[in-house]
Amino acid sequence: MNWSFWLPVLILLSSLGAGIVIFFLPQRAYRTRTTLNMAAATLKLLLVAALVWGVFHHQSYETRLPLLPEMDLLLRADTLSVLFITLSSILWFFTTLYAIGYLEASPHRSRFFGFFSLCVSATVGIALAGNLITFFIFYEMLTLSTYPLVTHRGTKKSLRAGKIYLGYTLMGGVLLLTGMAWLQTLAGPLSFTEGGLLAEAPPIDPQTLTIIFTLLIAGVGVKAALVPLHGWLPQAMVAPAPVSALLHAVAVVKAGAFGIVRIVDNVFGVEFVAKLGVAAPLAWLASFTIIYGSVRALFQDDLKRRLAYSTISQVSYIALGIALLNPVATIGAMAHLVHQGLMKITLFFCAGNLAQTLGIHRISEMAGVGRRMPWTMTAFTLGALGMIGVPPLAGFISKWYLGYGAVLAEAEWVLGILALSSVLNAAYFLPILYRAWFSPQKNPWPEETSRGRLETHWMLLLPPLITAAMALGAGLLAHAPFSPAEWARLIAVREYPSP
Amino acid sequence: MAIFEQSIHWPVWLMVLPLTGALLTFAIYRYQNLIGLITAMGILWSVIALAQKVLTEGPQRYSIGGWGAPLGIDLYVDGLSTLMLLLTAAVGFFVSFYGVGYAGFRQHNHGSGYFWPLWLFLWTALNGLFLTADIFNAYVTLELIGLASVALVGLSGQASALNAAMRYLLVGLLGSLFYLLGVGLLYAGYHTVDMASLGQAAQAGPLPRTALTLMGVGLLLKTALFPLHFWLPPAHANAPTPVSSALSALVVKAPFYLLLRLWFTVFPDSTTGAAANLLGLLGAIAILWGSIQALQTQRLKLLVAYSTVAQLGYLFLVFPLTQDSMAASTAWSGALYYTLAHGLAKGGMFLAAGTIFYALQQDRIQNLNGISRHLPVTAFAFGLAGVSLMGLPPSAGFLAKWSLLTAAIANGQWGWAIIIVLGGLLAAGYVFRVLSYVFMQAPSKAHYRPVPWLMEWPALLLALMAICLGFITQTPLTLIEIGAPMSYQYLLP
Amino acid sequence: MIFTPALLYILTGIGLFILGLYALFVHSHLLRKILALNIMASGVFLVYVAAAYRSPEAISDPVPQAMVLTGIVVASASMLLGLALAARVKAKTGRTELDDGSPSE
Repeated sequence: MNWSFWLPVLILLSSLGAGIVIFFLPQRAYRTRTTLNMAAATLKLLLVAALVWGVFHHQSYETRLPLLPEMDLLLRADTLSVLFITLSSILWFFTTLYAIGYLEASPHRSRFFGFFSLCVSATVGIALAGNLITFFIFYEMLTLSTYPLVTHRGTKKSLRAGKIYLGYTLMGGVLLLTGMAWLQTLAGPLSFTEGGLLAEAPPIDPQTLTIIFTLLIAGVGVKAALVPLHGWLPQAMVAPAPVSALLHAVAVVKAGAFGIVRIVDNVFGVEFVAKLGVAAPLAWLASFTIIYGSVRALFQDDLKRRLAYSTISQVSYIALGIALLNPVATIGAMAHLVHQGLMKITLFFCAGNLAQTLGIHRISEMAGVGRRMPWTMTAFTLGALGMIGVPPLAGFISKWYLGYGAVLAEAEWVLGILALSSVLNAAYFLPILYRAWFSPQKNPWPEETSRGRLETHWMLLLPPLITAAMALGAGLLAHAPFSPAEWARLIAVREYPSP
Repeated sequence: MAIFEQSIHWPVWLMVLPLTGALLTFAIYRYQNLIGLITAMGILWSVIALAQKVLTEGPQRYSIGGWGAPLGIDLYVDGLSTLMLLLTAAVGFFVSFYGVGYAGFRQHNHGSGYFWPLWLFLWTALNGLFLTADIFNAYVTLELIGLASVALVGLSGQASALNAAMRYLLVGLLGSLFYLLGVGLLYAGYHTVDMASLGQAAQAGPLPRTALTLMGVGLLLKTALFPLHFWLPPAHANAPTPVSSALSALVVKAPFYLLLRLWFTVFPDSTTGAAANLLGLLGAIAILWGSIQALQTQRLKLLVAYSTVAQLGYLFLVFPLTQDSMAASTAWSGALYYTLAHGLAKGGMFLAAGTIFYALQQDRIQNLNGISRHLPVTAFAFGLAGVSLMGLPPSAGFLAKWSLLTAAIANGQWGWAIIIVLGGLLAAGYVFRVLSYVFMQAPSKAHYRPVPWLMEWPALLLALMAICLGFITQTPLTLIEIGAPMSYQYLLP
Repeated sequence: MIFTPALLYILTGIGLFILGLYALFVHSHLLRKILALNIMASGVFLVYVAAAYRSPEAISDPVPQAMVLTGIVVASASMLLGLALAARVKAKTGRTELDDGSPSE
């Protein structure tokens, strides 16, 4: 019972406890709820900062609770979990702020923020999971806690979206569960180990392993929205903007991508994956998803749907980088895990601002909006340019590492994919920017609501500005210590002993 | 622990207490609730004390009045009995509180005064069955369970309830007679009804096999395994809510418990792989059939009842999964954990469903929209219970399902593995079918009856227990090990 | 196998059991169903009484007789409950049979 035992638990409880208390708050307890939300988010940030510092200095943090024989609930912090947990706790802070501003007058706020906190707890649990079973436990908890968020509005449309979302994710859970149970009967407790746990396991028939690998990747691929398992994501757009932001940047999609990283690097291990020959199909699938998502994004007029398809495309960079099985590409993938989160959350915040302030949902309605909401559109522009990969924004850094890694891995075709994808990114983002900044306003705004002296409520304005600044900073200061890219390098160094 | 005096005969108390309570609540009508609740707490206390004793000293054997077998009545407590007693006490405790709050009794006050005596009588019989060491007393307690349940089902006095009770009674009697005939044949052959002596005496042969078949058919009828389940949905759906909860969570488990005892401790030599596979197959069909019915029915309480039919199917997978000694203990503990998880979750879910029924004055699923706003605690309880029923983590249901699944895969029995996984998906289908209405926007002109808090919280607490057993596992697992017919082996060499 | 009087009684008991089972399924009138169960119970009790038989000289085993007594008490209680319920069903619905069993939607 000491600090290294309690820190992971405290990090988990900081949002879980707050979530449970919030459930039972009456609807009108606005002030208590807000205080509790922000206090929990701040506390989590502080605890995570302590964790980052500790892990950087090779402290180990481990919490173990035996469940069944050969099955423990294991929370452990390694460099990879720290990367993800930092991302999620920082973005949770801003998303909470944003959500408070966004949902000011809507019903069921206690329920919303309760599940919101549960959702973040699940994400933190995924980050800290020290074995595959713990990962699965929190992975399913994430499914359960996001369902009420997706259907929050309670309309027919959102319920339908919720049903589709559940159908996909529960199916993914089942695949993951089956693969996991199978692997456990063959290889014993599935603790994540550097270099893969299979290295020390008794030899297993490679054909069986290939099936298990497919099951596991398909299981997490649903949340990571790998084509053809992506169908739920555009549907889930009916959720309120803070939920979309959370789903796309922090929680669900990222949990899937993170799962791919864990399975390839810490369960099977890079060497084993290379030996099995399953990396190349994964890389092709990821590449296909990148192109497919971008092409579909081109044809969406609904702003949030376009962003959704963009997510499908962008998240697969992570899978691609991992599947290249090369340290430099791994750096790119890890860095993109953070960078994509920062940029995408900015974009969703801005989309939410447009919807909430001016009632704009479609790109065709955006003409001249840059004049009306300059700050929001500045943040949006930074995010969009980052997505395209314009230097010195964060997106450029990850794409550069990915490309360099591809060359080192002698997979030059990936460069073509990256280039094509960047062109497509530009093709669906630049027209939005052009229309917002340079087209004159033609029609009145669909539904304008005044929110104070600023262009919109400060709680809606501040988060996207900060996250946009962070996306810029992550690119400019990519070589500063503790920057995402630098931390990704640390992970790659520990994952690949001799790069 | 010092407070639990070693000399106190806790098993005897477990029958004397509820029986006294039943008589007192019958005689002193005015203080029914008070007496009932005190009795419930007393039973809970005694069970915990007994569990402490079993945990420290292992299986216990008591001879009532010092007479001993074959003439006297013996009681036997091992981990399995303790587990069932604990489950009964936990569910019974919350059902009792719910019974105090249950406003439905006040409406058609016919028969409501009989709830407490009958319910405590049922509790006596359940405890008796879990404690008994011989197969004839098991018959008596089984019959008492049946009689008390039938009376409870018919409590409301409405036509549908009476019909359901009548059918339940006929089925129950038929099952008991089959069982009793089997006991008679065994006595003719071996001159004893004590489980332990029978276990030593019985070898494989036509007589024990016939007897086991007869007793098995009777018990399957009572535990509502497909295709003998037809009586369950109307009986469980039409009973007053606290009764439905106790029936689904506990009463159907009692014959299953007895079947486990017979199969694994009395006649391990007479069982065959074919019979085990048949039971497993029926269980698998029950999972599919019950789930499909639950997906189609229009009434909430019926949905929960059909879910019981489906979930009972899982328990029967224990028979084929323990055939292969490699993962037998994993399957065994998985099935027992499932019993525990289902008891708590289903108890909670039925209580929640009944509260919704009461508030809406009807339970058509399509009219549930917006109930989460009016009854947030109940909606939450339903959802939590659903998590465990679906076998999603973190919950006791998940751990149970995981054990069954790994056992099936380790044995290479892929058919059962697929059924286990598929059943979870189907359960998710019917649970979310309800939840999606619950989360809908409330209709503007909805009219709800106010609900006392004593009807809301017991459901939530029961469901929470099912979730908590997903984390607190060491005590139940230790209990499962005590006196288990198969000891734990690691899956790996 | 030697054809002892005990075996005769056992076989008779089983015969009664099967007869009652048949009647239970064939008849729909509740009273007849209850009677059928009664006949089945009598068959079972006959098996018990026969099981008490040891040999022509020895005193018969008292334990099964005690069990039969218990069984008769339990069975008669069940039958009474059945009759009472049947009467209530008749009073409430005017029918002497069960409905078709499909749960009301």
